[in-house]
Amino acid sequence: MNNILKKFLPQILAILFVVLIFGFLTINAQTNMDNRGIDFGFGFLSQESSFDVQFSLIEYSGSDSYARAFLVGLLNTLLVSFISIIFCTILGVIIGVARLSSNYLIKNSAAWYVEFFRNIPLLLQIFFWYYAALRALPLPEKADAWFGVTYMTVKGYYIPAMVWENLNVFLYCGLAAIISIIVLRNYANNLRDTKGKQVPVLLYSIALLIVLPLLSFLFGGVSLEFELPQLKKLSKISYIYEGGISLPPELIALVLALSLYTSTFVAECVRAGIEGVSKGQKEAAASVGLTPNQVLKLVIMPQALRIIIPPTTNQYLNLTKNSSLAAAIAYPDLVLVFAGTALMQTGKAIEIVSITMLTYLTISLTIAAIMNWYNKKIEIKEK
Amino acid sequence: MQTINFLKPNRNNIKNYSIIGSVLILISLIDVISNAFLKINLTSFLPGSLTILFPLILGLIGLNMMRIDYSGNKTLDLLNKNINTNNFNALLTLLILFSIIKALPPSLSWMILDANISGDSKDACTGTGACWTYIKVWFRRFMYGMYPNEFHWRINTAFILVIALGFVGYFMKENLKKYLALYYVIIYPIIAYLVIYYLISGGSFGLQWVETGAWGGLSLTFIVSFFCLIFCFPLGMIFALGRRSNLPVIKYISICYIEFWRGVPLITVLFMSSVMFPMFLPEDFFMDKLVRVIIAITLFEAAYCAEVIRGGLQSLPRGQYDAAKSLGMGYWKMHIFVILPQALKLVIPGIANTFLALVKDTPLIFVVGLAELAGMLALAKTNPKWLGFAMEGYIFASIIFWIICYAMSKYSYNLEAKYKTER
Repeated sequence: MNNILKKFLPQILAILFVVLIFGFLTINAQTNMDNRGIDFGFGFLSQESSFDVQFSLIEYSGSDSYARAFLVGLLNTLLVSFISIIFCTILGVIIGVARLSSNYLIKNSAAWYVEFFRNIPLLLQIFFWYYAALRALPLPEKADAWFGVTYMTVKGYYIPAMVWENLNVFLYCGLAAIISIIVLRNYANNLRDTKGKQVPVLLYSIALLIVLPLLSFLFGGVSLEFELPQLKKLSKISYIYEGGISLPPELIALVLALSLYTSTFVAECVRAGIEGVSKGQKEAAASVGLTPNQVLKLVIMPQALRIIIPPTTNQYLNLTKNSSLAAAIAYPDLVLVFAGTALMQTGKAIEIVSITMLTYLTISLTIAAIMNWYNKKIEIKEK
Repeated sequence: MQTINFLKPNRNNIKNYSIIGSVLILISLIDVISNAFLKINLTSFLPGSLTILFPLILGLIGLNMMRIDYSGNKTLDLLNKNINTNNFNALLTLLILFSIIKALPPSLSWMILDANISGDSKDACTGTGACWTYIKVWFRRFMYGMYPNEFHWRINTAFILVIALGFVGYFMKENLKKYLALYYVIIYPIIAYLVIYYLISGGSFGLQWVETGAWGGLSLTFIVSFFCLIFCFPLGMIFALGRRSNLPVIKYISICYIEFWRGVPLITVLFMSSVMFPMFLPEDFFMDKLVRVIIAITLFEAAYCAEVIRGGLQSLPRGQYDAAKSLGMGYWKMHIFVILPQALKLVIPGIANTFLALVKDTPLIFVVGLAELAGMLALAKTNPKWLGFAMEGYIFASIIFWIICYAMSKYSYNLEAKYKTER
């Protein structure tokens, strides 16, 4: 009896506590909404949004619904996260490896880089790039061409747009190349396991990746033209670039700040991963006659990656969540478009904030679930 | 046949080679320095692109000439081992050196040589460099926000009192030490709250009332992070224990709580606290915006705290639990006297990191309209009398935050090292 009481009493109390809190909050919300004449519901999602968004990946205008505005915001969030993840990975790997260099200067500059960018709040870094650094860029008419065709101006970065013809043929060729690489890899692995023969897979893969898309240009009727940004005079003093793609300064500031900030954490993950592989592994691999390249490729990297990937994914998740700081510099991400503008217009605080939080929660939990599955898969199975 | 190894030293000619090598490096350094500091191009007689590459090539040859293993000269060996192991390393060394030299004069002249600090208006800034006058004039605003100037001593006194009370634990008598946890978890937060409420808010004891809307600047950053810090720790502990509990309901409630807060960005939590929270409160019940924000950040950080503490609980060997149970201890006795003292010691570095993240997150309260340092900068930036000094402001704020965060992270490293050796 006593045992059962001990087991169930706390649980019942906990449930009661949670139910009480939620009940209290719901009743309050109900009375508050009744008093203010707001009704709860998600019907507003299909209503006309009647606000404009500065920068969107899909067609969007004020006559579209709030649901589409949500999608625009979500896509913008994903875009900035995706670009920043690529840059922070490249930077992070370079800095992480540099921290292990035998060169005193390189090691210390990398360490200071990490200490510097890690210890300044991200919001300040975003503000610095947006309000201070990017504002010092030249006006459109005074901008110099970078790489001949792109222009970095105070109004944004203008790059040539690609105009494709028969893009689908090109994409099919790319897909074919990827499939044939997978087939080739399996074949090569098979050959290695059964006959002990090595096939230079990497070389063939690169060749495939270049040759197949190239063929599509020659025979598939694919053509590619670049639409260059052209300077155009709007009025006496104001100029603008037309054509091409314009990346707004908000996006650039965000990508810069996010990738510099997160790269320090990725660098620490990479360093910890490489340091985590014991020295004996390297020596053992060398003693069975592997070349330094093979040691790195076949022994060190697989083990290091096992340590590196989980915390790095965590950092990617943090980056995605941190990209919500975009709202502070008016980059139209999910938080600004939906939890900002849409909320102001509809006044549906509870619905909109919940949808926004649930969206981020879904992204986080999905990636966490994938990571758990991956961790289980690569776990060292000890006999 | 003797191989002729041009530019490669051996033990016999190392002296000549090292002298020639250092002269070459010296020339390349002089070239770069004169280029950067005096704007004199010593190699203007060379064609365009060679002018830039000249010091690099010279330096590389010089470093190559000095590279020999076990030369017998200690300094040379040290140098070779550290910055000159192969050509690639030598190249990187030179690139880093040159870029530091190149970056030095412009940043020096902007920050110090051409900068202004005298005067008290925008007109005093005549130089091409930074205008530190701006920081000087706005300094009090950046530190204390819109808090009335004549009452700044109240904020200072409150902070000194709170810090002093925080150190009480160090001077406690031996027989009182067992109440230390009680003091820090329950009594200290209450005292600190009272001190900050009566001193900074005022309203009684003859002190004038200052509403929280006027609070701001760096002191607000400290207040917010301080309260979140002392409240999120006990809360995190509860949820960490909950997540490790055998009782399924409690376990899943804790998991839901932790995963929910860890899955959403802080900025949405702050939005929630400012627009959604008032809807959930009883009618006619007013809660200050600052209090709502502190509650929101506390709930948020408690989830991170809980995960760190759970790590500590998990790393304790099972034997500790078994031993405590075999002595007949119950759940609470076991945790309070055996498990938590050991686990908390283990997680101190992790907790310090969480707090570091918390301090770095506080500028975010700017998005709900509380003007801490970042918010004050945004205000000052748009002041018509002081337009165009965003750069100085953000550099100033970055330096302040950097010093705080760097000191905290170094402290947590030290703690980590200290507790590592004890086990």
